[in-house]
Amino acid sequence: MRIGVITFPGSLDDRDAARAVRLAGAEPVALWHADRDLHGVAAVILPGGFSYGDYLRCGAIARFAPVMSELVPAARSGLPVLGICNGFQILCEAHLLPGALTRNSGLRFVTRDLRLRVENTRTAWTRAYSGDEEIVVPLKSGEGRYAADPGTLADLEASGQVVLRYADPNPNGSAGGIAGVCNAAGNVVGLMPHPEHAVDPLTGPSADGLRFFTSMVSGM
Amino acid sequence: MGGVTADTVARAAATPSLPQPFAELGLTADEYDRIVDTLGRRPTGAELALYSVMWSEHCSYKSSKVHLRQLAPKAPASVALLAGIGHNAGVVDIGQGYAVTFKIESHNHPSYVEPHQGAATGVGGIVRDILAMGARPVAVMDALRFGPAPAPDTGRVLPGVVSGISFYGNCLGLPNIGGELDFDACYAGNPLVNVLCVGVMRHGDLQVAAASGPGNMVILFGSTTGPDGVGGASVLASAAFGGPAGAAVKRPSVQVGDPFLEKLLVECCLELFAGGLVVGIQDLGAAGVACATTELAAAGTGGMRVQLDAVPLRDPSLGPPEILMSESQERMMAVVDPGRVGEFLAVCAKWDVRAAVIGEVTDTGRLVMTWHGETVVDLPPASPAEGPVYHRPASRPGSQDTLAADDPLALPRPAHGAALRADLLALIGSPGLADKSWVTDQYDRYVRGDTVLAMPEDGGLVRVDEATGLGLALATDGNGRYCRLDPYLGTQLVLSEAYRNVAATGARPLAVTNCLNFGSPEDPAVMWQFAEAVRGLADGCAALGVPVTGGNVSFYNQTGTAAIHPTPVIGVLGVHDDVRRRLSIGFGVPDASLVLLGRTEAEFGGSAWAHARHGHLGGRPPAPDLAAEQRLAGLLAAAAAAGLLSAAHDLSDGGLAVALAESCLRGGTGCRVRLPGDPFTALFSESAARAIVAVRPGSETAFAELRAAHGVPGLTIGRVGGEELVVADWFAIPLGELAATHTATLPALFG
Repeated sequence: MRIGVITFPGSLDDRDAARAVRLAGAEPVALWHADRDLHGVAAVILPGGFSYGDYLRCGAIARFAPVMSELVPAARSGLPVLGICNGFQILCEAHLLPGALTRNSGLRFVTRDLRLRVENTRTAWTRAYSGDEEIVVPLKSGEGRYAADPGTLADLEASGQVVLRYADPNPNGSAGGIAGVCNAAGNVVGLMPHPEHAVDPLTGPSADGLRFFTSMVSGM
Repeated sequence: MGGVTADTVARAAATPSLPQPFAELGLTADEYDRIVDTLGRRPTGAELALYSVMWSEHCSYKSSKVHLRQLAPKAPASVALLAGIGHNAGVVDIGQGYAVTFKIESHNHPSYVEPHQGAATGVGGIVRDILAMGARPVAVMDALRFGPAPAPDTGRVLPGVVSGISFYGNCLGLPNIGGELDFDACYAGNPLVNVLCVGVMRHGDLQVAAASGPGNMVILFGSTTGPDGVGGASVLASAAFGGPAGAAVKRPSVQVGDPFLEKLLVECCLELFAGGLVVGIQDLGAAGVACATTELAAAGTGGMRVQLDAVPLRDPSLGPPEILMSESQERMMAVVDPGRVGEFLAVCAKWDVRAAVIGEVTDTGRLVMTWHGETVVDLPPASPAEGPVYHRPASRPGSQDTLAADDPLALPRPAHGAALRADLLALIGSPGLADKSWVTDQYDRYVRGDTVLAMPEDGGLVRVDEATGLGLALATDGNGRYCRLDPYLGTQLVLSEAYRNVAATGARPLAVTNCLNFGSPEDPAVMWQFAEAVRGLADGCAALGVPVTGGNVSFYNQTGTAAIHPTPVIGVLGVHDDVRRRLSIGFGVPDASLVLLGRTEAEFGGSAWAHARHGHLGGRPPAPDLAAEQRLAGLLAAAAAAGLLSAAHDLSDGGLAVALAESCLRGGTGCRVRLPGDPFTALFSESAARAIVAVRPGSETAFAELRAAHGVPGLTIGRVGGEELVVADWFAIPLGELAATHTATLPALFG
């Protein structure tokens, strides 16, 4: 299986996402922001980083990258898409996911290994987890505070679109302790924590994050 | 003509007696006369600007050179050294075709003026040094020192510095894998912000900083040039604050960083290198275009013609002197074959990096710069590049004897279990030894996915090759208190600790970098400290068999006549043959037996105990034992490779007491130890060449044999397990209480 990883100017965890794809048994395909072509990949990952320096607003400029003009309709048609951290911010800016990510409540960048609860195991990216399973994955962000209007939050909760929730004390003031959400169809998932940094206990706090990627590989 | 009329060479020749503001630019009358002699006329405004930054203390090392010269000849022969002192950074062979380049640099003065941007651009500057060698930067470390933790100004400087490093390093995608944080009254008004960067390349990727080949083009690329940082090197970093001379003119000026552009510049440069499009390359740091052009020309064919009006500006009112002195960040200068300029510019365009051809290499032996057709600079580049050399007076101050006589053995000591317990808790809760998560949680340690060990481990460890497990280990250490008591021995202790920290990960130490932070070189007492420190470093490196590959000197860290403690910060690089066999400080494995390695004497001079409990600094520092350090390092590497240990932690600040507490907390497991002899000495002495190791159950005999074979003294003092740190017969501390004490301090101080 070929899974694309988009590199925007300022993407940083693209190499890590590609490694996770490889460890999950698939072939990572480098996609370039200026290239209006998804090269026939079966799924796409938008990695972490500071695309375009996070100037203006996190993800606000990346949303207009040429590759997004291909990605947005494909995602609306069911292409599995995973946005991690900055990738999540881009998916929100592109309106593929509801809500927005704002400055952490503590006003500081936070890197921390956190316990997370997987609350939706029906998405393309979380099928390999069991319901309400707790996993340990690092968070590292300055603008990771999930926010949405009360109606949207109620809808997300009611429809089971909250994919991940912080099981440790809320690290950034996210509404409802939300760490990740999906679209109504469940093919587009965005999360602030970094599962690609938890694929090997040698270099991460656990290997718990690997199943985001194996979910994709074994589910197709 | 452009908007700015320049002082030309012709005009300089015609107006030989025009008064020039050399003193305001930091040049002495003697230095000015030497420039006039070299040129055979007065310098133009642009030439004066160029000389003033190139001959600043920061760029020319004019006060330190005579001492630093001993480092190379005294350096031990090392097969690992591919490029040594004199390059942008040293390059070390770590095997399997990989080479590593690393260097530590200061950004002390800018970080006091504007903590966030000062520290941020400190990261940016050292990263470009590493990039210019041809390597991909893979990690950073930061060694930070501030005034007293509760002081209001520390509350301004520290959060700003940390946010600056966090902002720049995180956005650049470099994991921060360790460093230091310490506090002392001597750093109030003179914080030390030292940043280390390490990069990895293949052997063949080494780039040179030389403009060779007449006809080759000179390209400036990256950010545009603005007025930021004009005079940063000559004014900020080369004179003490608060001096009366020219105070109004010497307006400090701090650069502003753009880490996003630096990230693009890194990727752009690596693609240029891979395409073979670069003949020579130099980063632009202190002294900007002035430094890059003179150094490239001096190291190459010898001549260069530069069109200064071709430099892309962000402020059109800048003239030649400002363009030459500007320290605008995120810029590089490359020398490129004229037939490949098109390809070069195409790679820059791909990465949205602005590039401009500003000149060409010549064989005239002259660095000639024009401004809208008129010559404004015409000089032999070796003259500004080499700079003056000063033999500053150095004398050991009499106060050293008073200090040495103030023996900490006279201090009241804890005499019973409750007092020993209270002292241990006081130490691990003191700002310099408390949990540093408040700082390190703001840094990304995960990016790139190769970080095997990061803070609070003894050293950082980065995987270089996923298939073989080859890795590099790094540690930085400084100790102003030891060095204040004896700069020669203190520097050797600092070197020993960094060396030991690298060894404690299971790596073999290979090479050394240094950042020498001192007061004013115009003070003979400071110059004596400096000379002693450099001599200590050179002798220490020779004894340990690790060469110094490069470094940085920061003088004028003083306010009025009060200098900081002499604070050489030493970085040691090691190679790890298999990072899967790394050693952590955490006592995780129950029933592992604890062996104290090395010899413990009653050594409290400059100790964390004397400092934290009594505010005392006096006596003699611990005695370094470099041969014992070598034996200990050999044992740790061999034991790690053989898989005999579940943990290792070097003993340094706060001695065994602090090491045990840190290892218990890191591993989430308690331990029970029984101490030989006087428990106070056993717990708080800071004797060098020691470590505590946890031997895997079943490996005790094998480890004892290995230890004997390496000639390292050792004593089994206890076992890992339980929920408390227990010192038999004296006291016990539940892990929860240890953790609460250790973690409360910095959040209480900084929010």
